[in-house]
Order: sequence, then structure tokens, then C-alpha cells
Amino acid sequence: MDAHVAQLQMQYRNYILSLYQQGFLDDQFTELKSLQDDGTPDFVAEVLSLFFDDCVKLVGNMARALDQTGTVDFSQVGANVHQLKGSSSSVGAKRVKGLCINFKELCEAKNYEGCVRCLQQVDIEYKTLKAKLQDMFNLEKQIVQAGGIVPQVDIN
Amino acid sequence: MASDGGVSCLRRSEMMSVGIGGIDSPPLDVDEVHVLAVDDSLVDRIVIERLLRITSCKVTAVDSGWRALEFLGIDNEKASAELDRLKVDLIITDYCMPGMTGYELLKKIKESSSFRQVPVVIMSSENVITRIDRCLEEGAEDFLLKPVKLADVKRLRNYLARDVKHSNGNKRKLPKDSPPLTLSPDSSDSSPPRSTLSPDSSDSSPPPSTLSPDSSDSSSPPLSPVEIFSSPLLSPLDDEVDDVLTSSPESTPSLVRRQKMRSPGLD
Repeated sequence: MDAHVAQLQMQYRNYILSLYQQGFLDDQFTELKSLQDDGTPDFVAEVLSLFFDDCVKLVGNMARALDQTGTVDFSQVGANVHQLKGSSSSVGAKRVKGLCINFKELCEAKNYEGCVRCLQQVDIEYKTLKAKLQDMFNLEKQIVQAGGIVPQVDIN
Repeated sequence: MASDGGVSCLRRSEMMSVGIGGIDSPPLDVDEVHVLAVDDSLVDRIVIERLLRITSCKVTAVDSGWRALEFLGIDNEKASAELDRLKVDLIITDYCMPGMTGYELLKKIKESSSFRQVPVVIMSSENVITRIDRCLEEGAEDFLLKPVKLADVKRLRNYLARDVKHSNGNKRKLPKDSPPLTLSPDSSDSSPPRSTLSPDSSDSSPPPSTLSPDSSDSSSPPLSPVEIFSSPLLSPLDDEVDDVLTSSPESTPSLVRRQKMRSPGLD
């Protein structure tokens, strides 16, 4: 086998493992990967892309809801958090989901400063994940372009 | 990130969510299982659609309870001629949705004479016992905890295949004037058949056969009606998907399903 391909594949494996180990991804991401096949080679990329679109929209909604001069509608913020929690859970975005769980409690407690801080964390976290996954997809592309096959990474 | 290969899937499902008003889909292939998926989250709709397609279902995904009712024709008095084209074998819906919740949708479906026999499955990210109970009491077939996995959908799929399969086998093999399965003495509401519809059913008994002796999924002898209703889920490897959907207007399939819904396994 081409040494270059093997090296890329090893890099890819290690990268994926690190994403799981660092808590960026959980087994739902593994599940999504298992739903992808030769007939739907872009399934994971598509779903993640929709997820990040969701993040942009929902974070925007929450920022606006928290930016109200006057009373903040925490139930509105909470509704958006609930949606984000749902989609992050569905794609295996573990850290984002974890933040949403905290965020929900902060909304219920009507903790304004807590919510603002948490929203900032959510913003950073989804953008970080997006960059990491972009790197992952790029590695996949490199492997394929070098004539190799993207390896199945066994998380367990 | 999505390339062209993925976009068509998205477009298809988006078309389904948007173009409900005058649905121009061709009459469904009678061999296909058709599932109506309802979820306000686009991400979840794409995922559930993929899960269902992998298990060989035709999927219509909509983004709200209202659109679901519109699609089914429940919200208006459509002629049954149109409804004949609209074979829905399973409705799977999210619980928490703005406007109409999955629970409210469930109730409306159960109130509909045309669709009350269609199994409804509720999905939720929250594992709230009272919520689950309420849905099951209202007639939901099953309750899935999100995030939904392929194993969950496969389980539903097996259940559906067994359901329609038996009625179909019944329809093919019994003489026309013999009573269908569902009119056997123990099929009344007071003594519902035992069913394996518990969330973690994992019977390992051999797969049931239909009443047709030459059914290709099993070499065991034909089962009596009582045995069929007591039978475990089909093996996941069973691929008798050809038999899954009947377009016959006769009530046998719907009666079979209704009984399954009242199984004591859900108590």
C-alpha cells in the first residue's frame, strides 16, 4: 500500500479518536457514520452542515432574545435551547449538547448573566466543532485523492 | 460541506415538507411500506428519513402536525378516492413541536376513521414516564427515545412487516368466505392477543410463518391464529417486504393492527 495513503489514514484514525476522547463527539456520531454508504457518501457532511446552519440560526435567536432592553423572555430562550439540544443530540455533538443542558437550567432559573455566558460558550463550542469536523472531512478528501479508502474507525 | 450527492436527498425531503397542498406523488407501489415522519427539526427529519430509507421504507417527512393532517387529508373532507392513493403504514412523530404537539397529533389521528388504525410512534428527547404513559394510553404504538438509532427503526419495521404480513398471508391463502384471523373468538377488545410490543422485546423464538404454508421466510408449519398473535418479532433478516402493504379496502389489515395496539404488553 502507498505509504502516503497509510500515513494519511493513520492521521485520520488518530484524529477521529481524539475527537471522541476529548468529548467533541459521542456514539450518535458513530451511528450517523454507520448510516452513510457508497450510495450516500455525503450523508454525514450534509447532516452536519444542516446542524451548523441550525446553530447559527438558534444562537442568533437566543442572542436577540437575551438582548432585550427590558424583560427577557426566558421561555423564548429556553425554546431555542431545547431545539439546539435536540439537534446536537441527533448528530452526536456531545459538548454542544452538554452546554445546552446547563443552558436550559439557567433559563429555567432566569439567570440572565448565566445565560449570556452560556450562550457565548455555545457559540465558541459549535464553531470549534465545525472547524474540527472540517479538518476531518479534509483528511477524508486527501485520503480519497491519494487513492485510498477512508478507514472505519472503531471507537471502542 | 454537502456536495451535490447529498443535496438531492435534502431537496427531496424539503419538497415533501413544502409541497403538501396538492400532492402529486404517484400511487404508491403496493409492496412498499410508507411512513409519514413528523418533526419540526430539519436535522432530525433528515436523520429519520435516512433511517427509514435504509430499512426499505418510503418516507414522507413533514415539519408539523398540521402538515401531517393536511397530508393525510384529515383536516378536510377529501373523497376517499384520493385517500386510496395515500397509503400510510406508520406515522412517526416528534413529541415536542410548536403549534401541535405529537400527542395532539396522535389524538387527532386516533379520532379519524380513516387513519385511526395506522400505528403511531412517538419520539422524544425526554424520558418522562408520565409522557410515555399518556401517549401509550392514547393509542401510540411505541415510544422512541431520541436520538433515534437504526436499531430502533429496525424494530419498528419488523413489527410492521409482521403485522401486514399476516393479514396479507391471510388474504392470499384463506378461502374468501372463511373468517379472517381477526374474527377469532379471542380477538375481541376484551381479550386482546398477547403481543411482543414491549420496548425491549427480545424474543429469540423462531420467526412466525403466515397461514400460507409456502411462505418463504420459514419452514415451520402454519400457526394457528392464536399462535400468530403470540409470535415474536420477525427476524431482522426477513426480507418479505413484498408482502408488507396491501391496498385492499377490506378491513382485515386494520383490524389486525388495532388489536395489536391494545396489547397488554404496554401496561
